[in-house]
Amino acid sequence: MNNTHTILLIAVMALVTALLRFLPFLVLGGKRKTPEYITYLGRVLPCAIIGMLVVYCLRGITPLAWPHGLPELLAVAAVALLHLWRRNTLLSIAGGTVCYMILVQVVFR
Amino acid sequence: MNRNLLKKVLIKTLPVMTGYVVLGMGFGILLENSGYGIGWALAMSVFIYAGSMQYLGVSLIASGASLISAALATLMVNARHLFYGISMIEKYQHAGLKRPYLIFALTDETYSLVCNDDGPEGADPHLYYFLISLFDQIYWITGSLIGAWLGAALTFDSTGIDFAMTALFVTVFVEQWLTTKNHLPAIAGVVITVLCLAVFGSDLFLIPSMILILLCLSLGRNVLEKGDGGHE
Repeated sequence: MNNTHTILLIAVMALVTALLRFLPFLVLGGKRKTPEYITYLGRVLPCAIIGMLVVYCLRGITPLAWPHGLPELLAVAAVALLHLWRRNTLLSIAGGTVCYMILVQVVFR
Repeated sequence: MNRNLLKKVLIKTLPVMTGYVVLGMGFGILLENSGYGIGWALAMSVFIYAGSMQYLGVSLIASGASLISAALATLMVNARHLFYGISMIEKYQHAGLKRPYLIFALTDETYSLVCNDDGPEGADPHLYYFLISLFDQIYWITGSLIGAWLGAALTFDSTGIDFAMTALFVTVFVEQWLTTKNHLPAIAGVVITVLCLAVFGSDLFLIPSMILILLCLSLGRNVLEKGDGGHE
């Protein structure tokens, strides 16, 4: 393989990623006083984004074909219930992940 | 910098440590198997530092993709980062010299840790964000180096361990649900994304979802501000 081309590919991926991360700050972050609209978005966007990210993580499931996303949905429910019960992030994540691993390795093979 | 703060950051980032070491290893193994060793893994994890993009990057590199198609693929996969920036502008406004790194290192997982937590009382919030960002990237780099080093020598059946990242987002979602009064933004985020996924399919749904979420939240501002979407 051509090393120069690989280096250029990595540079392009790094630059575009950085551009996307910096753009909002470059465009909207320069003013001394943040516009009220941005403050408002800063308050309501995080909840919507995390909701979007949860769905993004589950985009690979196949509701119409076996196993109908059951391992994912059951494990997500386990995480949510564990978290409502104890509100301990580590416990919720570890418990849910072990649950998911058992589901995909043993139950829904 | 006191030890208490470091301890807080370490505990806060433990879930990401688990997920990043595992996912980073997956990336390192994939890259190694494509014929690119540890130096390439290091370069990508230091300079690109974007999980799903680096996985896609392996196939772009292995197939010798053109620079234009690499740029477009990055744009599509990482456009969601625009969102994180918009909602962090105020928090990162006065971070001074730490600001460029905070922005560079704003991954999905780091965002989920800093978006609703300003750190322990009395500590400098910017230092707190900075340490979280730095620790997370160190985990990611460590994982990818271990993966590239071990290659395919690993035999432990770790199928499904990547669910740790999904689990992290679910706990953040529940936590936000419990600490906010108005649940409309969270519901809108889930419902709009599910609808877009059904309509546009799993390769194209993210950008339409982002546009629709932004549109709904902007149009619904009057309603949402009356009910106050903020923390209790």
